Amino acid sequence: MHDAGKIIPGLIIFAAIVTFPFYYNMGKAVERPEPKLDTPAIQELKEKQCVESKEFMRANHMQLLNQWRDAVVRDGNNVYIGSNGKKYTMSLQNTCMKCHSNKKNFCDSCHKYVAVRPYCWDCHIAPKESKL
Amino acid sequence: MGAIVAFIAVIILVLIVLAGTGAANLHFLLGVIIPYLTFVTFTIGVAYRVVKWGRSPVPFRIPTTAGQQKSLSWIKDSKLDNPSTTTGVIGRMGLEVLLFRSLFRNTSSKLYNGSIFAHKWEKWLWMGSLAFHWSFLIVLIRHFRLFMAPVPSLLHLIEAFDGFLQIGSPGIFVSGIILLGAVSYLLFRRFYIPQVRYISLTSDYFPLFLIIGIALSGILMRYFIKVDVVSAKELIMGLLTFKPIIPKGIGVIFYIHLFLVCALFAYFPFSKLMHMAGVFLSPTRNLANNSRMKRHVNPWNYPVKVHTYEEYEEDFRGKMKTAKIPVEKE
Amino acid sequence: MANIKLPKPEELSKIDHKPPQKRWMDTPAEFKQGMYCYGAKGKNLSAVDFPNARDWSPDDKDWKLPENWKEIVLEGMKERLGKYRSFHIFMDICVRCGACADKCHFFLGGGDPKNMPVLRAELLRSIYRKYFTASGKMLGKVAGARELTEDVLKELWYYYYQCTECRRCSLFCPYGIDQAEITMIGRELLNLLGLNTDWISGPVANCYMKGNHLGLEPHAIKNNIDFMVDDIETITGIKIEPSFNRKGAEILFVTPSGDLFGDPGIYTCMGYLMLFHELGLDYTWSTYASEGGNFGFFTSMEMAKRLNSKIYAEAKRLGVKWILGGECGHMWRIINQYMDTWNGPADFLEEPVSPITGTRFENAKATKMVHIIEFVADLIKHGKLKFDPGRNDQFKVTFHDSCNTARGMGIFEEPRYIIKNVCNNFYEMPENTIRERTFCCGSGSGLNAGENMELRMRGGLPRANAVRYVHERHGVNLLANVCAIDRAALPALMDYWVPGVKVAGVHELLGNALIMKGEKERTTDLRGDALPGKEGNEDA
Repeated sequence: MHDAGKIIPGLIIFAAIVTFPFYYNMGKAVERPEPKLDTPAIQELKEKQCVESKEFMRANHMQLLNQWRDAVVRDGNNVYIGSNGKKYTMSLQNTCMKCHSNKKNFCDSCHKYVAVRPYCWDCHIAPKESKL
Repeated sequence: MGAIVAFIAVIILVLIVLAGTGAANLHFLLGVIIPYLTFVTFTIGVAYRVVKWGRSPVPFRIPTTAGQQKSLSWIKDSKLDNPSTTTGVIGRMGLEVLLFRSLFRNTSSKLYNGSIFAHKWEKWLWMGSLAFHWSFLIVLIRHFRLFMAPVPSLLHLIEAFDGFLQIGSPGIFVSGIILLGAVSYLLFRRFYIPQVRYISLTSDYFPLFLIIGIALSGILMRYFIKVDVVSAKELIMGLLTFKPIIPKGIGVIFYIHLFLVCALFAYFPFSKLMHMAGVFLSPTRNLANNSRMKRHVNPWNYPVKVHTYEEYEEDFRGKMKTAKIPVEKE
Repeated sequence: MANIKLPKPEELSKIDHKPPQKRWMDTPAEFKQGMYCYGAKGKNLSAVDFPNARDWSPDDKDWKLPENWKEIVLEGMKERLGKYRSFHIFMDICVRCGACADKCHFFLGGGDPKNMPVLRAELLRSIYRKYFTASGKMLGKVAGARELTEDVLKELWYYYYQCTECRRCSLFCPYGIDQAEITMIGRELLNLLGLNTDWISGPVANCYMKGNHLGLEPHAIKNNIDFMVDDIETITGIKIEPSFNRKGAEILFVTPSGDLFGDPGIYTCMGYLMLFHELGLDYTWSTYASEGGNFGFFTSMEMAKRLNSKIYAEAKRLGVKWILGGECGHMWRIINQYMDTWNGPADFLEEPVSPITGTRFENAKATKMVHIIEFVADLIKHGKLKFDPGRNDQFKVTFHDSCNTARGMGIFEEPRYIIKNVCNNFYEMPENTIRERTFCCGSGSGLNAGENMELRMRGGLPRANAVRYVHERHGVNLLANVCAIDRAALPALMDYWVPGVKVAGVHELLGNALIMKGEKERTTDLRGDALPGKEGNEDA
């Protein structure tokens, strides 16, 4: 026989699955997160420049942090020479977070958006932020 | 031969993207128009094919019985391999769709010393295809972190399992590596096994090369040629909320990945990939072996010309009477 | 037949499974003597009103096709795509994984790559793609599509009559693609052009006009059974009086006509007769519905239905309560999966109940037809039969599951239960060659002719190989089965590959062992061979 009673529900389930991402996000205004760079430490900087370019950091910061960790913990080397020739101390807490002390508005905003859960804070102590 | 054509076809697809993102500056076409067209083609195409199949009826109950039938009460019937109830059929289909029951049964038969056959359990095809399909599914589900906002915690759980190795940053996902390995195996056996090579068509190699391209570009993008994920998600969310946007500066590798995925899904309804839907409709698997217990009606059954008993007796009455076989008309 | 030479087993067993370099689409079929049957005779085709009835031979260059043959085939395909979801889906979803390739006995025994089920299907699929799919129309060969030419048609004919519709490929296919189904539809298409074989169309015409494949007329059926009755009296001292076309009997008994004619089928039939007599069963034979098998099934669904209709018609005319069916293979696939749908509902019959044990055969409550093996297993379970299994001690027995009852029904335990009760020595063949994984005899679906003996011996090789294994290991000398085509085909196969192994129906073994009330001391088995320990008493 034709089994319309099974095929039609099957097609409805199929349609529900493939259109799921559309109706799940319906009516939600999801803005692209903009990490905040307005910490006092950054504002004091003369030249507002991270250890590498903004574009590089956006895509590659996780790999850079991984290299830093390996260099410091495994090789005992804690000096990073950036592509601009400057020297930096490889330290999440003392270098990165010194400027980006606003973890919530900096790290977390993007991480939450793309659903990444880095395990930095399994070992490191997250900076204390004043709750504003 | 078929493999070369298929390989070149996939290379051409990649070149199209390189040209499109380079001088031609066709980001909007590649990032917005083609994904939308693909979605429509895939969804309507698959539904159309299924409806077309559905319009052909199943005139007869023809399950392939793979175990003891249900007969006498003291004989144990094989409820899943030869189901006589709907529950059994659901179980059989579940095993078939989720665990590839029939492939699990696979044997290889080889001839030894002239004429002795040895039939051995052959598990590689089963393992390869199971690894391929399941890892593909998990990879696909993982991608929903880029399709949903906010992202539900179930996805975090899947990622945690998938990334249990905790190697590097971003952490390695096992599913992606298994997918690439399994699909390479499926390609390898098409070259290596002479019989399979003989039967393989261009349309068998094409999806394999395409999926290899997708997996490679995905792995490259995640671990090696990095792109800004936030911008990538912004593009995707723009599509999903019908506010398309092309953020600046997403690397070309993203467009290659996206275009190959579109090619796969757009190709889907026109190809053997329809086995995804077809397996549910296969009459040798989805019917109960109960046609002696329950009447099954053929919607196009029609009367046929038969040789009736009366005609038969007419032909042989004399001989029947001589042989003392009873007749209707003396 | 005599002019087609069958190579020696040593030669035939040199099999190369490596496919050639040249692509299959560019390799037209080469018609090898001994691998195909004679063409159908015009008179047999016209007897059942089949189209293009004419005498014809596959050896001729001109197959005398109607002018618009291509149109007929394509129109026929279109019609069947709309009628059979199975066909439509099986044309579309194969991924060519190759799991079926080394499952086919014809490929295993012959090595011809076009006998891999997947490629046999591709022969037709390539045409489907060319004329019914967008990609095939546009891309042609790249999409695996090809033109339907006379060579392609001949290739289809050659290979679709090298498939026994055993469904072994379907068992291993991850989507259940069933080459038997594709072969059946492929043969329907060929029959639209009158392209049948003599060995199939002859029995079809016989069965239609005379009630059975062998063309036994009513008095001949009675005579044959009378001969068996005489033999039974000689062996047991008991005179049996079966009835024919008797109105008011409780049960109509239908068995393949192969059981009525020739060795070793008749010994199985003697087993039935002795059993029914011992039970005092109120049953009748029919000369009109004197065929359980159905060669129509190997031509077209419609023809199969036309032949099958006689069983219900006769049951109705005679006013029986239900129908009992003998040992047969494709007969039981048809009864199990087709009969009620074709010719039912059988509302003039009653739900079958064993008159001896009172067991209701609930698994047959719609079709109202019970397999004799089910019927007897129930009798034995209830202790209604007495056996002397020692009377089968001359045999070391193994059991061959017939393809159709295995993969189109699932009757596995019942025959084994009976054999174990009537024989002392039973050995199974290796597990990948029995039950649902059983290998075909190589001669099913109307291929058990004489002129295609090489094909049959090749196709039967995997089965024979498994028999040889138990023959050498356990001294097995008897291959039991529940199928008339097996009984006709396996003796030649055994003589060729495993000399020293005989073939018997389960009911022959039952007849040997059955202790009948008032029987004299038996000195021979049903074949007239001396029983173990009775060699001296043998009649001259």
